[in-house]
Amino acid sequence: MNRALVIAEHSLGKLNASTAKCVSCVQGIGEVEIDIAVLAADAGALAAEAAALGGVRRVLTLERPENVEALAAVWAPQLAALAGGYTHLFGPSTTFGKDLMPRIAALLGVGQISDVMAVDSAYRFRRPVYASNAIITVEAPAGSIVVATVRTASFQPAAGGGQAPIEALAVTATLPTHTRFVSRSAANADRPDLQTAARVVSGGRALASAENFKLLYQLADALGAAVGASRAAVDAGYAANELQVGQTGKIIAPQLYMALGISGAIQHLTGIKDARTIVAVNKDSEAPIFEVADIGLVGDLFTIVPELERLIRARQ
Amino acid sequence: MSPILVGIKRVIDYSVRVRVKPDGSGVVTDGVKMSINPFDEIALEEALRIKERNLATEVIVISIGAHEAQQQLRTALAMGADRALLVQVDGPVEPLTAAQVFLKLVQKHQPQLVILGKQAIDDDNGQTGQMLAALWERPQATYASKLELDGARARVTREVDAGLETIEIDLPAVVTTDLRLNEPRYIKLPDIMKAKKKPLDVTTLAELGVATPTQGIRTLKFEAPPTRSRGVMVKDAAELLAALQQRGVL
Ligand SMILES: Cc1cc2nc3c(=O)[nH]c(=O)nc-3n(C[C@H](O)[C@H](O)[C@H](O)COP(=O)(O)OP(=O)(O)OC[C@H]3O[C@@H](n4cnc5c(N)ncnc54)[C@H](O)[C@@H]3O)c2cc1C
Ligand SMILES: Nc1ncnc2c1ncn2[C@@H]1O[C@H](COP(=O)(O)O)[C@@H](O)[C@H]1O
Repeated sequence: MNRALVIAEHSLGKLNASTAKCVSCVQGIGEVEIDIAVLAADAGALAAEAAALGGVRRVLTLERPENVEALAAVWAPQLAALAGGYTHLFGPSTTFGKDLMPRIAALLGVGQISDVMAVDSAYRFRRPVYASNAIITVEAPAGSIVVATVRTASFQPAAGGGQAPIEALAVTATLPTHTRFVSRSAANADRPDLQTAARVVSGGRALASAENFKLLYQLADALGAAVGASRAAVDAGYAANELQVGQTGKIIAPQLYMALGISGAIQHLTGIKDARTIVAVNKDSEAPIFEVADIGLVGDLFTIVPELERLIRARQ
Repeated sequence: MSPILVGIKRVIDYSVRVRVKPDGSGVVTDGVKMSINPFDEIALEEALRIKERNLATEVIVISIGAHEAQQQLRTALAMGADRALLVQVDGPVEPLTAAQVFLKLVQKHQPQLVILGKQAIDDDNGQTGQMLAALWERPQATYASKLELDGARARVTREVDAGLETIEIDLPAVVTTDLRLNEPRYIKLPDIMKAKKKPLDVTTLAELGVATPTQGIRTLKFEAPPTRSRGVMVKDAAELLAALQQRGVL
């Protein structure tokens, strides 16, 4: 029997959707008992949320004041101490999981599988490399623990309806004080979350200013969509860094992705390959984005975007 | 004051459209342009700026990989690094092995900072910095977009999913770079000449005392990703809306 431990990601007192996606990825192993580890200063409500996920055997809480922020250097020794007895240790391929999981793997003396996109068996997985220009099948050595991060865009969240028991644990691990949280700032906290939104309106260098990005926000509001951006738009300061979509930004899988004034560089396309419908608006009919767009429109976004917004609002 | 170590991985240039070999054994590399991993260029630029502010004694660039990685190390020397070390290994190098190599070099050179890329754009693993920090039992500041040194400490702004996060770390530490940390400098012709005279040493895993892994994660095969195909073209916003409705997206 396989025994898997999923590390819960949370912020502002809520479980991140990535946790349910990790559970569903792990379920792909087949014969497996799944526990969820919740590290927090106060784990109560989070543990209850985790316990409600379907197919979970136990929720383990590690409550200590030091766990209030997810500092990898602080969390990793505790999770490494907890890892004994598990065959699999999974976390999400978000900045949280990508920061934490390799640190645990190294403490356990094993390699890590990044960005699992499909599970072939308990020890065989598929993952993207070269900005998703190739997919590799990898095999972890049987007999040592498999540490992995899960590409959340590849999995549906696990169903609810669970009633797993919650157990409070205390592990003995000396925690370092060499790493201290100072602050966090989120520019777009009041908007739909880019990683989970069903619709995303994304802008590129063509927007030419932060001011013009407001056009996208208005269209996004009409659609109930999140806003995204290309790296060029972020680098130029038109959009906040957390809006970057692509190989080195966020990998997303919305129902609708609208690329407005984005050329469609490989590094950008990596981030949207799993979107159900891709719309491209670009004034250059040769732009590579049209090779992957389900619906393409050649034209000037500065006339098309306001017009589209008006038509959408008129329907409502 | 102490040195700064920087990782320089030789990878297929980011502008190349990578193709999988028909037999699934890897990707096509024959005649393909190779470069320094873009994040490592940023790591080197950051190290050079720190040294230029007289906050480090020297910048040592390290590559683990094929003989040919000497080209990328020469480029790094031309950018301004003081000396280079190639740990020659044939075949792929897993992040855990790379981290073990960096650990040995850290023990030898006692740097205040090791600056690596947040990910290598070939394997897209994004693990080495965190693994080194774990083995070294030191802080890690991943996805750095701003690095401020303050004596025995550093303040690092990190690009995280939620926005920007600032942490404070004690030195020595490992920092991994995000794209917006800086813009790497261009190399001038005289620097290329100067770089030819700078020291570039070659060593092996055995000489460093790092075991060649026998039991790591194995790659069984490479496949081309499923491709999306070109869809329909519409001529204006109204047609676009109609097409969206037809697909049931609105
Ligand atoms: C290591 C590395 C990692 C990277 N990671 C990412 C990543 O994660 N995400 C990412 O996006 N990029 C990434 N990039 C950058 C990527 O290679 C491209 O440079 C970037 O995506 C280009 O952004 P863009 O399409 O907005 O700009 P451009 O390529 O300049 O395209 C602008 C487009 O707008 C069109 N246009 C101009 N005016 C108008 C108008 N009025 N109306 C309509 N269309 C108009 C133009 O025809 C053009 O096609 C990375 C690069 C590297 C080297
Ligand atoms: N073989 C290598 N040679 C030099 N540096 C490396 C090597 N592998 C990884 N690194 C460093 O670690 C970073 C992250 O690599 P990875 O964990 O493979 O994505 C890279 O950007 C480099 O700075």
